[in-house]
Amino acid sequence: MAVTVKIPAQLRALTGNESETEVEAGSVGEALDAVYARYEGLRDRITENGELRRFVNVYVGGEDIRFGQGLDTPVGDGDEVTILPAVAGG
Amino acid sequence: MPAVALKCKECREEYELGASYVCEHCFGPLEVSYDHSALGDPAELRRKIQAGPPSIWRYSDFLPFDRRPPTGLDAGFTPLIRSERLAERLGVGEVWVKNDAANPTHSFKDRVVNVAVAKAKELGFEVVACASTGNLANAVAAHAAAAGLDSYVFVPADLEEQKILATGIYGTRLVAVRGNYDDVNRLCTELSGEHPWAFVNVNLRPYYAEGSKTLAFEVAEQLGFELPDHVVCPVASGSLFTKIAHGFEEWLELGILEGSLPAFHGAQAEGCSPVAQAFADGHDICRPVRPDTIAKSLAIGNPADGVFALEVARRTEGSIDAVTDEEIVDGIRLLAETTGIFTETAGGVTTAVLAKLAQRGDIGPSDRVVVYNTGDGLKTLDAVRDVISTYDVEPTLASFAETVPLTTREHA
Repeated sequence: MAVTVKIPAQLRALTGNESETEVEAGSVGEALDAVYARYEGLRDRITENGELRRFVNVYVGGEDIRFGQGLDTPVGDGDEVTILPAVAGG
Repeated sequence: MPAVALKCKECREEYELGASYVCEHCFGPLEVSYDHSALGDPAELRRKIQAGPPSIWRYSDFLPFDRRPPTGLDAGFTPLIRSERLAERLGVGEVWVKNDAANPTHSFKDRVVNVAVAKAKELGFEVVACASTGNLANAVAAHAAAAGLDSYVFVPADLEEQKILATGIYGTRLVAVRGNYDDVNRLCTELSGEHPWAFVNVNLRPYYAEGSKTLAFEVAEQLGFELPDHVVCPVASGSLFTKIAHGFEEWLELGILEGSLPAFHGAQAEGCSPVAQAFADGHDICRPVRPDTIAKSLAIGNPADGVFALEVARRTEGSIDAVTDEEIVDGIRLLAETTGIFTETAGGVTTAVLAKLAQRGDIGPSDRVVVYNTGDGLKTLDAVRDVISTYDVEPTLASFAETVPLTTREHA
């Protein structure tokens, strides 16, 4: 299923300045794996020991995946997965 | 300049002092780091502070500027009031209320915005912006107006009318987002990557947060360069709570203060208590929640500095408590009836938690406690609408006598 992954400004040096990319995936984890495979170095930036780093937030259609099933949260055709730094606001 | 770099709080990587807030290596938060080695001895520093202007800029040695550009509106130097009546009511030795409602837009947010707008000017930005639960909206709109900058202010659409009106009046572009604060914050984080604007609590957040340290400096100075035993402070993102601790620590390290950090007690509303919950459960991270509370200025379900607030509360043998909406209204009344200070819902949360700590015996007759009142009750009038009533009379003595009960304190 075609899913759009939105890349935050802080990671665009690794994506040739692309702000989004389309991948085939059935879950958030699969979508991120596809992005890691496409852009070298990106995995290490936002994961540690196979888990998302604690200051990385991931959303599906604007909803924090921690309200869903984390990396197992299902995604469907046309869904938007957004990666963002968690340290804003307040 | 004493500020030397932005440093990642996670991996300690250093960056130059620009408009960035995230470590490129680990996504950790950046913080301003200082070199204070050229500052004078403690006595000289105290004298210099006392001779400074009546605003946060008397602490400019501890803020991230070489030469600060003027911005037109300055914050700080608010009263620290000792309340014997509140202390007596709670059975606590000394209660001091830091009344930060006495700032230009009636909340502590004037401090952080004063710093952030000055930094925005210094870095050459012409537009400032923010994601706000209301108090920050007021402050950004006002300080941008005074500094002659354009501004965009993003708020949740269900915000209190008082806060909407007291923001719009400054001529900002006020954007009401259909969603809660966490949605507003996510949108602003995305927008900050698309527009060359100074989002005070996104890309300028490391500088913005420094403004909160002045709430530690000011209290210490007003206590005669002494520390309290306890502080009680509201927790939304956790930034204020963490930075007050940081401010005291900075002065302890420099010898301006002696002793040890007070016990830090955080205050949240039960309807949005991710940090209090993590504290109670012994967790190091906060699980996000969907806020549902009358304390809208504290309604951050996904707190950016939650992990650091937990660390401060545990390290200082403090606590983080949550109170119900009913207790919040009781807290607003308690503070008003004993001190003459009308606080907003966040201050109701803080006062209610103070009362809880006193009841539990965590703060007692030999303790000196400072309570931070961060905002003005006139901004959240709906919270108290149902608990206030009037005696309605005809303009006659008879009607008065029939309707209004007499006080027992008749003698002058």
